[in-house]
Amino acid sequence: MPIVQVSDLAKSFQVSASQPGFANALKHFFRRTYRSVDAVKPLSFSIEPGEVVGFLGPNGAGKTTTLKMLTGLIHPSAGTLSVAGHIPFQRHNAFLRRITMVMGNKQQLLWDLPANESFAINGAIYDIPESELQSRIAELSELLNLTKELSQPVRKLSLGERMKCELMASLLHRPEVLFLDEPTLGLDVNAQVAVRNFLREYNRRYNATILLTSHYMADITALCKRVLLIHQGRLFYDGPLAGIIDRFAPYREVKLDLTEPVDRESLAAFGEVESAEGRAASLIIRRELLTDTVQRLLASLPIADLSISDPPIEKIIADLFTQGTMK
Amino acid sequence: MLKKLRVLISAQHALMLAYRAEIYLWVIAHVLPFIMMGIWVKAATDPASAGHFAMSPRDYARYFLCVFVVRQFTAVWMIYEFEWHILEGRLAYLLLRPINPLWHYISAHLGEQLARLPFFALVTLLFFILYPGARWIPSPASLLLGISAIYAAFALRFALQYCLAMLCFWFERASSIEQLSFLPYIFLSGLAVPLDDFPQRARDLVNLTPFPYMIGFPAEILMGKLTATDPRLLQGFAVIAAWFLGFSFLGAILWRRGLRQFSAQGA
Repeated sequence: MPIVQVSDLAKSFQVSASQPGFANALKHFFRRTYRSVDAVKPLSFSIEPGEVVGFLGPNGAGKTTTLKMLTGLIHPSAGTLSVAGHIPFQRHNAFLRRITMVMGNKQQLLWDLPANESFAINGAIYDIPESELQSRIAELSELLNLTKELSQPVRKLSLGERMKCELMASLLHRPEVLFLDEPTLGLDVNAQVAVRNFLREYNRRYNATILLTSHYMADITALCKRVLLIHQGRLFYDGPLAGIIDRFAPYREVKLDLTEPVDRESLAAFGEVESAEGRAASLIIRRELLTDTVQRLLASLPIADLSISDPPIEKIIADLFTQGTMK
Repeated sequence: MLKKLRVLISAQHALMLAYRAEIYLWVIAHVLPFIMMGIWVKAATDPASAGHFAMSPRDYARYFLCVFVVRQFTAVWMIYEFEWHILEGRLAYLLLRPINPLWHYISAHLGEQLARLPFFALVTLLFFILYPGARWIPSPASLLLGISAIYAAFALRFALQYCLAMLCFWFERASSIEQLSFLPYIFLSGLAVPLDDFPQRARDLVNLTPFPYMIGFPAEILMGKLTATDPRLLQGFAVIAAWFLGFSFLGAILWRRGLRQFSAQGA
């Protein structure tokens, strides 16, 4: 039975619209005009317990608005949704105890106090007995490799250490459903890897369900087997990560090592030239033409070595979002 | 719930202590009663004005000291924090917890009162050293009733500001409405003018508003002017209870409606 069930979920906002200029500002002061913005268009999906799902889309696609509806922060304009058997916007305590949300650009920790103080507050709010709280703090701090940082004022911590503490604070009550909005935002590569490893381990230990948004494709490829792609408020892909390549990238990347340089014009006769420098070249070739084109390449060009690969998933998704080619 | 409140207050108290300079400034910023004391004591001391004032110079000194004490425990600023939380998207984290966000704001105020306690005691001691003639020790009954009235006043002022704070769901700068309510608060609460110095008809009207119960009422109890046998005491607590229930009811409705249209911007 799905732990997250969303059906025809939609959200629109009334946004005040004003034109630039003094006269327009005055007009706007006396008579406000509003326009309706459809942040999320009817959206349906479900997530099974224990799944780790990537939620991808460009800025303004509606990802965060969807997460806010799933956590009960905002009311949907239409549709139905259920998370862990509850209707989120009713914000029942039993529901709030089973979920958490981490926002990479926001913090819940008390800025001027050590993270331990925030943990004590969460321990009391979630009714975690003191001994159990200490054991959970020990477990999570070990997983995240945090020790003395917990007793330093949060403002003195690095961004990476702060995010780790944020994760600890959000997970002390052992939520079953995690909504993570850009949890690795702004972190260096090492901190990103640490957060990813931690999330993977948390998911494994507690069979937690995770819905993750991130602009770092490495987060998605490392953690998610399934992705939801959203653009302009509309869901246009829901399936395995690998399926994106088959559906949206019907081409292959052919890398050539040449025994002598070949000019771009000659290469262009075989496919789209992605790069050509000295004796190395890379071509993009449609899948259905691959066998024939490779035969022609081997017959026509001075090739020392040739390799065929799928295009990087990051590139496919970036192209999808920038070119608006999703169907 | 008590354990939760204790932990919340303790953390907020620690947080306030992190801002020591701010506490000093808060206490200094609350010297208005002492300025008013100087004016009223001077005016009441003038032999030409004999019979024109409701209290003796010594009682004015005591009254405004009590006003200072009441102000220390009834200062409410939740609207500013709430507005900031809404604009910065920080309310989201409070809404995600299985506890009403209201408790966060209440504990922040109680934690701050605790942090200011030593400074307030120091100022009071200093006052008694500088004005030995105005020195007095409230009776246990006055003290008990006074503390009850102070916290009733705090609850009333908090409930009023809570209602105004809920307007942040609709207006980005609802704190400006609070600033508007500050005017009647200053002039009708007894902060600048003791209510006994109001003309009788004006006093009767003012007594129907919530403002005199926020400062003047608890101050008069603390200084022993209003005693347990005075019928105005029970009447005062009844008016506080009525306003408090009214504001609480309105606040609860605004909270529910506000949440429905909350967009969690900035989060």
